[in-house]
Amino acid sequence: MPKVTVDGQEIDAPEGATVLQACELAGKEIPRFCYHERLSIAGNCRMCLVEVKPGPPKPQASCALPATEGQEIRTDTPMVRAAREGVMEFLLINHPLDCPICDQGGECDLQDQSVAYGRGGSRYHENKRAVTEKYMGPLIKTIMTRCIHCTRCVRFSEEIAGVDEIGALYRGEDMQITTYLEQAAAHEMSANVIDLCPVGALTSRPYAYEARPWELKKTLSIDVSDAVGANIRLDSRGREVMRALPRINDDVNEEWISDKARYQVDGLTRRRLDQVWVRAVGGPNAGKLQRASWEDAFDAIVKAAKQGGDGSIAAVAGDLVDCETMFAAKRLLAELGSDKLEGRQTGLDYDCSSLAGIAFNSTLAGIESADAILIVGSQVRHEAPLINVRLRKAAKRGAKIFLIGPEWDTTFACEFLGEDAGLLHDLPGHVADAFKDAARPAIIVGPGGLAANALHPALVLADEWNLVRDIDGEAWNGFNVIHTAAARMGAVMLGYAQKGGIKDVVDAAPAVLLSLGADAVDYGAFEKSLKVYIGHHGDAGAHAADIILPAASYAEKDGTYVNTEGRVQFAEKAVFAPGDAREDWTILRALADAFGVSVGFDSFAQLQSAMIEAVPALGEEGIAPLGKLPKGKKTPKAKGAIAYPIADFYLTNPIARASETMQRCSAELVHGDEILEAAE
Amino acid sequence: MANRQPAPDTPELRERWGNFAFNADYEAKAQKALARYPEGRKKSAVMPLLDLAQRQVGEETDTQGWLPLPVIEYVANYLDMPVIRVLEVATFYFMYNMTPVGKYHVQVCGTTPCMLRGSDDIIAACKKRGMKKGEVSEDGLWTLTEVECMGNCATAPMVQINDDNYEDLTPERLDAVLDALAKGEQPKTGTQEPGRHTSEPSGGPTTLKEMVSENHDYRGEW
Repeated sequence: MPKVTVDGQEIDAPEGATVLQACELAGKEIPRFCYHERLSIAGNCRMCLVEVKPGPPKPQASCALPATEGQEIRTDTPMVRAAREGVMEFLLINHPLDCPICDQGGECDLQDQSVAYGRGGSRYHENKRAVTEKYMGPLIKTIMTRCIHCTRCVRFSEEIAGVDEIGALYRGEDMQITTYLEQAAAHEMSANVIDLCPVGALTSRPYAYEARPWELKKTLSIDVSDAVGANIRLDSRGREVMRALPRINDDVNEEWISDKARYQVDGLTRRRLDQVWVRAVGGPNAGKLQRASWEDAFDAIVKAAKQGGDGSIAAVAGDLVDCETMFAAKRLLAELGSDKLEGRQTGLDYDCSSLAGIAFNSTLAGIESADAILIVGSQVRHEAPLINVRLRKAAKRGAKIFLIGPEWDTTFACEFLGEDAGLLHDLPGHVADAFKDAARPAIIVGPGGLAANALHPALVLADEWNLVRDIDGEAWNGFNVIHTAAARMGAVMLGYAQKGGIKDVVDAAPAVLLSLGADAVDYGAFEKSLKVYIGHHGDAGAHAADIILPAASYAEKDGTYVNTEGRVQFAEKAVFAPGDAREDWTILRALADAFGVSVGFDSFAQLQSAMIEAVPALGEEGIAPLGKLPKGKKTPKAKGAIAYPIADFYLTNPIARASETMQRCSAELVHGDEILEAAE
Repeated sequence: MANRQPAPDTPELRERWGNFAFNADYEAKAQKALARYPEGRKKSAVMPLLDLAQRQVGEETDTQGWLPLPVIEYVANYLDMPVIRVLEVATFYFMYNMTPVGKYHVQVCGTTPCMLRGSDDIIAACKKRGMKKGEVSEDGLWTLTEVECMGNCATAPMVQINDDNYEDLTPERLDAVLDALAKGEQPKTGTQEPGRHTSEPSGGPTTLKEMVSENHDYRGEW
């Protein structure tokens, strides 16, 4: 612990800290552009100059200077001030004075630091440099004349994303940031460079000229595009969500979010269900959806349920719903005498009897420290891009990673063992050896693995390799499952898991099927049931429905979500739902009235307390108590070729499918080659 | 500064260079360059490999050589590197030609010492022979480039033509050199000043004269 003084204040800097970090510990603000906590140190913007004794009598770049014992650091001397002014003036020489038309305006590091540390005017009278724009795909808009060459974007794509595609060509004044041949940046995390860019060189293309940061209402929310539960901030103006930005949470998403989480929000205003529809039974429009009133719809539901007899009602939860909605539906069904609840829409029937057996136990942050990882049936880049970032970190630290499943383009060093899930029973010797020697071994079962019956065989391996262990007093549980649905863990906690999966619900042949935004269900199996779709987008579920009750999306309601780790998180309501759409729980509450039953809550607060009373874990933010890892069953064995469920990363949920931006990404980045071929 | 942009990525370019691969001769040299670096560090060989690729392109086209994009991609593949990282290196260093050049790449130094010693006349002499900056002359022989200091200030002005320097130039001496090259002869490289060997002081030493023939101890004279 080197002891240093910062502006006369003595502090203990942690081992390996830089002078900049020491200054921050002492509460001093050091301006910077190229330095970023999560990227390697470049030291090329020179904005963080401070005076350090002992050392040469000149300002030193604090970001790249290690703090050593007895250093005397000054951040407030005339030399430092002059140095900052000088660097700022040089940076602004070639930076255009176009803040009024720049999207970064109001949240621009260069703007802020120019005000705080600049000299107030330029003495430069020559022509400024101009740089041609570079195409970087449908998400990133470039105005490269504004670039100050901090290289954060280059380092992000190389170090974090693991896809070397952005580089700095030419040199000196001519240096230009670009992708190879101006190809689109095509990975799932690409848009994070927009947040990283300290100036307006890389800005958001879909959000271009939409709003100024100070006009926006900021709401803390949780991303529902995958089961990682990335912490996001929804910026809204009026009734429209303008953009989603990551919030910093080192346990979940660090400070990144996937492109889908960031850009699906424009789907919130398109293809919305904003009124009640009922499929006409007779008459000239038989079989067609007709506008109806809430009363008519409720009457039809009650009538059908009554005809079916007691308890002839079931609920299927979609991938994006919050726990409160699911709980309200569960309560309603319980009052009506049914417990037919299911969340796994596509027919999976893995064992949900133990939460630990289906959770990401080693935690997202913890998986970074694993030293041997076996991934069974997960295309991690598509299913959980943020976990892929963690896996890359683990691999960089030397973790040996093995995968079972069809090969995909990984961003880390790894070995594909084969496509057949049966390999779990017959692993090559070197894999078993790697796990026997590992200090922190981990298994990750993905949706492809769950579908191939690999959960129990993986649990057997977990037992064999002793995945739950104590490492120097710290508990380590290396058994992990990656889910793809934001609602999955909450659904399981609330009992939305039949033993036989959705087949049990089909077999029960309920008179009424409540679909809580479930779009992936095979509704053909429910031909006899009255299908009531309570959801927000006109997608597959609504097409199949007999009655559509318009509800709210994740941005339009408060709600609790549980991510794949079992981490309970609350999201807040950013905007109001459009038209006649209501928050889901109010619809279910009104439906209870129509049925003439009492569900025991009249407000969201009451609903939430009732839910917490039933499942106390949902009341506390943080990882829910998951229990002990269950022992695996030896039979049935896993078998069959593994298939990944996500064919198109950009179009996995109804919001994304409605989003113009996601459609463009899909067309260009996923199907771009086909389009090119067609053109030729 | 000359245009450093890579030559456009056209179907013709792909067709001409898409199948580029080191021939046996260059493959051996490339392996030798790779062997200089430890295991797992083969990216370090990117600069020698780009140079070798440029030379092979030169041999195939009877020019000094240049780096078409498919060749850059070949080098990237060879070293298992992302192409953008190789392109960064190729566009950074001036010695890699990003566009086609002539058989002789006449690089005239125009930095201060050479300029004071008459590099403007040298450039004018080149232009008089039909060379244009950054372009290949009609006969395919010449490409003229103005470069920054080549470290031959003591024998300024100078030009570098492909791998050789020609120093102490006047327009006449340059013409003689270029004429010889055009005829396919190899002119004397280095200084063109009669009687001068390398970069020793012209007209004999002006300081440390006693040191010329034997060792001399100056300390008593301080």
